[in-house]
Amino acid sequence: MELPADAPAVITADALRADLGCFPTREQYHDLVAAFKADGFEVCADLCAVDYLEHADRALPEGVTPTRFEVVVNLLSMSRRERVRIRVQAGDVEPEVDSLFDLYPGSEAMEREAFDLLGVIFRSHPDLTRILMPEDWEGHPLRKDYGTGRVPVQFKEAPGPR
Amino acid sequence: MALEDLQHNFLTGRLEDLVRWARRASVWPATFGLACCAIEMMASGAADFDLARFGMEVFRNSPRQADLMIVAGRVSQKMAPVLRQVYDQMMEPKWVLSMGVCASTGGLFNNYAIVQGVDQIVPVDVYAPGCPPSPETLMHAILTLHEQIRTGEIMKRRATGNPVHLDHAESPWTPEVPVAVRLGTPK
Amino acid sequence: MSEPTVRTAERLEALTAETSEGPQELQRREATPASELGREVGSVVRIDDTPFNPDDVDYERADDETMIINMGPSHPSTHGVLRIMLELDGEIVLRAKPVIGYLHTGMEKTGEMLSYVQGATNVTRMDYLSPIINELSYSMAVEALLGIEVPERAVWIRMMMSELNRISSHLVWMATNGMDLGSTSMMIYGFRERELILAFFEKTAGLRLNLNYVRPGGVAADLPDGWEDDVEVICDTIYERTFEYDELLTGQPIFRQRMVGVAPISAEEALALGVTGPLLRSTGVPWDLRRTMPYLAYDQVDFDVIVGTYGDNFDRYAIRLNEIRESVRIIRQCLERMPAGDYRSQDPKVTPPPRARIGESMEALIHHFKLFTEGFHVPAGEVYSAVESPRGEHGCYIVSDGGPKPYRLHVRAPSFVNLQAIPLLMRGASMADAITVISTVDPIMGEVDR
Ligand code: SF4
Repeated sequence: MELPADAPAVITADALRADLGCFPTREQYHDLVAAFKADGFEVCADLCAVDYLEHADRALPEGVTPTRFEVVVNLLSMSRRERVRIRVQAGDVEPEVDSLFDLYPGSEAMEREAFDLLGVIFRSHPDLTRILMPEDWEGHPLRKDYGTGRVPVQFKEAPGPR
Repeated sequence: MALEDLQHNFLTGRLEDLVRWARRASVWPATFGLACCAIEMMASGAADFDLARFGMEVFRNSPRQADLMIVAGRVSQKMAPVLRQVYDQMMEPKWVLSMGVCASTGGLFNNYAIVQGVDQIVPVDVYAPGCPPSPETLMHAILTLHEQIRTGEIMKRRATGNPVHLDHAESPWTPEVPVAVRLGTPK
Repeated sequence: MSEPTVRTAERLEALTAETSEGPQELQRREATPASELGREVGSVVRIDDTPFNPDDVDYERADDETMIINMGPSHPSTHGVLRIMLELDGEIVLRAKPVIGYLHTGMEKTGEMLSYVQGATNVTRMDYLSPIINELSYSMAVEALLGIEVPERAVWIRMMMSELNRISSHLVWMATNGMDLGSTSMMIYGFRERELILAFFEKTAGLRLNLNYVRPGGVAADLPDGWEDDVEVICDTIYERTFEYDELLTGQPIFRQRMVGVAPISAEEALALGVTGPLLRSTGVPWDLRRTMPYLAYDQVDFDVIVGTYGDNFDRYAIRLNEIRESVRIIRQCLERMPAGDYRSQDPKVTPPPRARIGESMEALIHHFKLFTEGFHVPAGEVYSAVESPRGEHGCYIVSDGGPKPYRLHVRAPSFVNLQAIPLLMRGASMADAITVISTVDPIMGEVDR
């Protein structure tokens, strides 16, 4: 598969499922997605974020600086029956990337979800509010430094030993 | 007036028994389907299992007209105030049946998002185990509840107890007689 | 807090405050930014690169002509705990905004704590109408990371079970849709037929819902003895009964009035919003992952992808009804061509040793023990696998760091994305049509909120 000509990013072919993986920087991200859209990727299938707190030194293609948060976008081209995965390093402390809302209106809810659960900020998103958690919730539960919130199981009125 | 003069047969009974009998035979559940268990709850109302046999086929959509809240599924932190509000809107006498492990204890999902047991929010009368409880288990739970109504106190008002509001949830309300449904036939 | 049983104004306010979700809800027009307002009235903005024009929206419209009402989260027609806020002008819906999260279960977090063996138990509870499909996309992702092959028989069993599951899911849809439109008999019929399939599931996997049947490496158990007869009966009965539904609903004037031409969506809008499944196919886009990006053995069976033309409610109904027939067709072919062999991979990495050997050999016992306590290790990497669920593309994105548990488990839930079409579909519809819109979009809240 060819990449749109002027798209700036580090590209690797993902050996696993033969999806193309792209690693743009935060500045290149929006342009790259726009180039893909112009190239026939009609649908933004999925958008999520990952917190790599415990894997700061993970293996990435050369020229990519790993950061704690990563936003992963899966684009789908129906005409060509191809998928492409774009992984943008979103930052360490206050992760922030451009919103894809102007390209794919359907990414709206997914970006809100990534904001709600991982605290990634999407610039120029129309309505960046919490979507799954209650409005007054503190913290972003899918971050790795956010506890699971497990409570120990208690047994009331358990039958005595048999 | 002698009894022979009467034109009709009649039965005598204590008012209490009559009230209990009437209540037991027409418990109207509120639709409070939350998750997977709700599908099983709907299935028990539908053709094969037919809750109508117990006078319970009318699932009321308005809590004002319902006596029994079947909490079918996991209760999230966001849903908890809504659940309490629906419970408060129900008229006395009212009962709560916690269906499935999620509603009873949080089940598989012991995490930040799920209320670990709906009995922290509302008093529960009967717990039905299973994930999801099959319609048979739900019916068993309902029969257990009927038995409880038949033998219970008629003047007890639940809401005058000490309802927990979420902002002072430090004293969780525990039902006086928690009943877990055991497997086997109801007595 | 005032005495709770007394209804004072103060008490009502307290209750409202307790259940309010602040800016997640629909706000008054003057408090809403223009771009957000555009989304709520359902403009799929910038579809052809024309910038969104706030003048398209009656931004100045006085609020006292309209009314904001709240529907849900405990409402009989919202299919679970969906909450929709509507701005109405009389009967006509002007704006709509779904508020979700009332069933947020933290499954993605829980998935990070469960090993790959246990993971299927977790994901199967997301979309509770099609548990097999959830497990399938999860297992396929894990298998892709592990690089193991699934035996032929397991592939065909998986395919047959997912088609059975698709039928049962569409049947529930037919039932609830019937109920929303006031056709209570459809409700009863749908659940009656579904019991046939659930009985077979119970026989095979032991549970009616949330089966945990498809696992990384294969399936949990072989098909029960005599399964051919059971499946044969299911196929025959359901195929015949779809024609009964036809008679009951398809030509019925009241039903048609509420479905034909109501809430149309165009192909461009559908693509821009990323919706998939029957909602997309109703607009005429022939996109079905079973055909376009085949997985399992879907490229070896014969079936048609059903597409609509107008993208309205009726098309979505017709697609689901006909998909039941197509699924029956696939199941019949599975029945004929079911290969013999193993039902799970014999790779010792993912499969425990057979029961008989555990008693004999210490090695086997240790292996069994390790597999179920620690789980197997999966090579580091990340993978996205997608399958066609009854509601659209069900994707599973797994990041592995080489350990026995996923580092990140994300599920692309079709209903979650499809739900974004609701403001668009509801715009200008009447209140009664809003109900049919929710119904034909078919959101499963367990999957939306995860
Ligand atoms: S108990 Fe099981 S079936 Fe019921 S809601 Fe919880 S996970 Fe779903």
